[in-house]
Amino acid sequence: MRRQVWILAVLLSHWKRHRTQLATLLVGLISATALWSGVQALNQQARNSYDRAAATFSGGSTAMLIGRNSPTFPQQLFVDLRRANWLVSPVIEGRVRINGRSYRLLGIEPLTLPESAGIAPAAAQVQLESFLTPPGRTFVGPETLIDLKAREGISPLVEGGISLPPLVLQDQLAPGVLLVDIGIAQKILKMPGQISRLLIGTESAGNRKPLEAIVGDRLQRIEAGEPGDLDRLTRSFHLNLTAFGLLSFFVGLFIVHSAIGLALEQRLPTFRTLRACGVSATSLTVFLIVELVSLAIVSGIVGLLCGYVIASLLLPDVSASLRGLYGAQIPGQLSLRPEWWIAGLGMSVLGALLAAANGLVRVYRMPVLAAAQPFAWQETQQRWLKRQGAVAALVVVVALGVLHFGDSLASGFAVLAALLLAAALGLPVILGLVLWLGQRGAKRPMAKWFWADSRQQLSGLSLALMALLLALAVNVGVGTMVQSFSKTFSTWLDDRLAAEVYFNAVNDAQAQEIVAWLRQRPEVEAILPAWRTDVTMDGLPVEILGFADHATYRERWPLLESEPDVWNKVRQGSAALFSEQLARRLKLSIGNRVSVPTPNGSWQVEVAGIYPDYGNPKGQIGVDIDALSARWPDTTRTRFGLRVVPERVAGLIVALRDKFSLDGGRLVDQTTLKAESTRIFNRTFAVTSALNAFTLGVAGIALLTSLLTLANSRLPQLAPLWALGVTRRKLAAVELLKTMSVAFLTALLALPVGLLVAWCLVAVVNVKAFGWRLPLYIFPFQLLELLAVAMFAALIASLIPILKLLKVQPITLAKIFADER
Amino acid sequence: MLNVRDLTKSYRTSGEQLAVLRGINLTLAAGESVALTGESGSGKSTLLHLIAGLDNADSGQIILDGDLVSAMSDNERAAMRRDRLGLVFQQFNLIPSLPVADNLAFQARIAGRHDAAWQDELVQRLGLSALLDRYPEQISGGQQQRVAIGRALAIKPLVLLADEPTGNLDEKTADDVLKLVRELVVQAGCSFLMVTHSARLAKTLDRQVHLSSGLIA
Repeated sequence: MRRQVWILAVLLSHWKRHRTQLATLLVGLISATALWSGVQALNQQARNSYDRAAATFSGGSTAMLIGRNSPTFPQQLFVDLRRANWLVSPVIEGRVRINGRSYRLLGIEPLTLPESAGIAPAAAQVQLESFLTPPGRTFVGPETLIDLKAREGISPLVEGGISLPPLVLQDQLAPGVLLVDIGIAQKILKMPGQISRLLIGTESAGNRKPLEAIVGDRLQRIEAGEPGDLDRLTRSFHLNLTAFGLLSFFVGLFIVHSAIGLALEQRLPTFRTLRACGVSATSLTVFLIVELVSLAIVSGIVGLLCGYVIASLLLPDVSASLRGLYGAQIPGQLSLRPEWWIAGLGMSVLGALLAAANGLVRVYRMPVLAAAQPFAWQETQQRWLKRQGAVAALVVVVALGVLHFGDSLASGFAVLAALLLAAALGLPVILGLVLWLGQRGAKRPMAKWFWADSRQQLSGLSLALMALLLALAVNVGVGTMVQSFSKTFSTWLDDRLAAEVYFNAVNDAQAQEIVAWLRQRPEVEAILPAWRTDVTMDGLPVEILGFADHATYRERWPLLESEPDVWNKVRQGSAALFSEQLARRLKLSIGNRVSVPTPNGSWQVEVAGIYPDYGNPKGQIGVDIDALSARWPDTTRTRFGLRVVPERVAGLIVALRDKFSLDGGRLVDQTTLKAESTRIFNRTFAVTSALNAFTLGVAGIALLTSLLTLANSRLPQLAPLWALGVTRRKLAAVELLKTMSVAFLTALLALPVGLLVAWCLVAVVNVKAFGWRLPLYIFPFQLLELLAVAMFAALIASLIPILKLLKVQPITLAKIFADER
Repeated sequence: MLNVRDLTKSYRTSGEQLAVLRGINLTLAAGESVALTGESGSGKSTLLHLIAGLDNADSGQIILDGDLVSAMSDNERAAMRRDRLGLVFQQFNLIPSLPVADNLAFQARIAGRHDAAWQDELVQRLGLSALLDRYPEQISGGQQQRVAIGRALAIKPLVLLADEPTGNLDEKTADDVLKLVRELVVQAGCSFLMVTHSARLAKTLDRQVHLSSGLIA
């Protein structure tokens, strides 16, 4: 045992004498773990919420029956199925507003609930008597209780005039959910005799007729374990987060790889001595792994703590994005499972081993005598770098192949990853070529040395430069995409939100009253109904939007593609406008005919136009308002847009609010609505932008640490020049120029790579992830700004080693020659 | 103690096979001191590396204390070096991150044969008392070589193998160091095989073996 301790002590003693290198390694591992685990914490937090939501309305663990063509169906089907020996339990679901905030109201029937239906329904069964007998109970999660600003036992008043049963806290319930008896829910939701779904128990019910024989094709079976709405809708969002987390993780690993590679190289004489003193190659490798794993665990713990902080900082934005885009309720307080900690440490250890694998294999295979020749290592590395060019070319071919044949979000990310990998691998080759050309063209001795020495330094710096290239390219790519998005979105919003005022009446009767009142108002130029209903097409939730035939739409509604006579066709009710994401999902093009399910059978409509519908996770079909009323007679007719003389908007809003008691949730002007939409949209990319900034920061650290580590081994190269009469000041200036030159070349190369990344995001990833494609704009000022940031980062990173060189004592330089005796 | 029979070794350089050792036979008795001399490229260092198990021979046998070195695995050879051999190189090969005291004790510690009294004596005899807390880079070449010799002798090896141990030292220091090594070798009771260019130093050992073009002359 003592032998092992001694060997380990020798290996660890290296770090005591090379603290900067140790710091480099730890910073790399901490950054990688922190960024990865931070993103994973956000994903886990969101998924926990989805699970809680799924457990509440039984989306995940229980098979269920839902309406094939409509969100609700008659309760009679439940009775028919129970009579036919089907062990089903009814659930009704809808939204209610309390104090201006929207909540999900869920009604269950506890007596028939299957055991697998989730924790919250189980709680209802425990408190069965009080739940079922008047006044009943409303189960709420802790977050909802806080949102309601209420305490247990209180009965909140739902907008519309009905009170909920007294509140009871139920920890496992998802935020924003109110759980009551189904009879109460039907009454509050004004959906008597209707249910949203039937949960199917797993218990055996003996012989029973097939489903179709009882309900025809009116119900559709969803098997247990199939993703729920939130899970499916948000999958792309989380995949985006994971992809950027992974990118940050790999940028961090570049630092680790660089630090470990140099540490192994510097320790070659020690390894040789250890081997000569009788430590076998196997033992040496095992001890190096033990050393690395120990360092990875320590850094992993610190990285996890940093990841927790990052996640806490980003959670409000993620939470707001998910709420704005998908209606998902994510608690603002992080609560992490033990798996997160274990997985984070695992990633740190695996990442460290991955980054060191190449070096460890070389140490294991290196003969004792060859270890005495440090140059052998460099030569091997040079050969390896040359091979990178060929690998980079191969990766480009693979990327083109995936781009051509792939048809999924994963393939989109694969193209992106291959593009970045090829660029990173190709960078040292391109830099080497440029430096070689420079060396060939140089005439003066100092210039020749400048180029030759830059080439020699390249292998030590290449990993840090690759990290810088990746970070810059992703920054350019994501920055360009976000800016393009922002520009497109702003124009789209102007066209889409053409009405000056929007209102949503409490019910149809109030809507008619308001419309009648508005007709008397001279400042109101047009009243534009915008009624909606929901259907399911091909398993996807689709919103049918009915709008009036009016110049506002004809002139301003943004269309990507359309038939020449699009608006007249829509007016006639024979055609409809389809949102871009729905058209892509259903693979529709102009002129296709589509069967839209309605309560009275299918409605065949022609695809007359395709329009962008950014930010909407659901598909949408725009139809004429009369066609909507005829096909869906029960649609609520409460939503309207108003064309108003702009300067009289404020007065109208006040008058409407005062006369009809419409609050901010039901009455909004165009400016407020645009601001809110833009805010939601911007927050969607806030997390991505933050991760981008972190990644660039990590790349800057990678460059700094590489330069610091290299600085120590630079003295033998610089000492001869100093001895020949080149001042330390001039040497420092040359060193700075060299670093800035390669950093500048890297940043220049990052610009075209970044624009390719932007194209890939816009044309491939976004299309797969969200279903829409954006026009790509180039923002030259933004590119110049990033170039300047990169040069500033390189300057900061170079400064410490340069200052150290300026301060180096002549005796230290002279000692270089003394050591050569 | 050490028996080398018909040992051959060749290297492939620039596409050509270069025979470095062409059938070496050598015996080293217990307690015997032998100087291995010869011009550059004659194969002296290669022979020493093969005996130490640092490289593999093409053919022939190396028998150390009854064990066939050439048949040993890498792990067995490592154990042999650790437990039975002391190695001293021209470039000292100290561990730069350890102070002198730990460098001295290192091999004895990992061999599980640390003898504090013997190490103290080595420290005294090698004149390292004042340098124990210093790092290799903080002491002179001669002092570094004394540490390397102390490290090799700390385990009282069966054989001390030294490759040009005084090659980096001036003549006076070289004489002093070698005199000390001879005394310590006797005191440790081990055999001593030293590669050297210097005929003068070679003559101070019990026997001289001259290598020429891969053969013993």
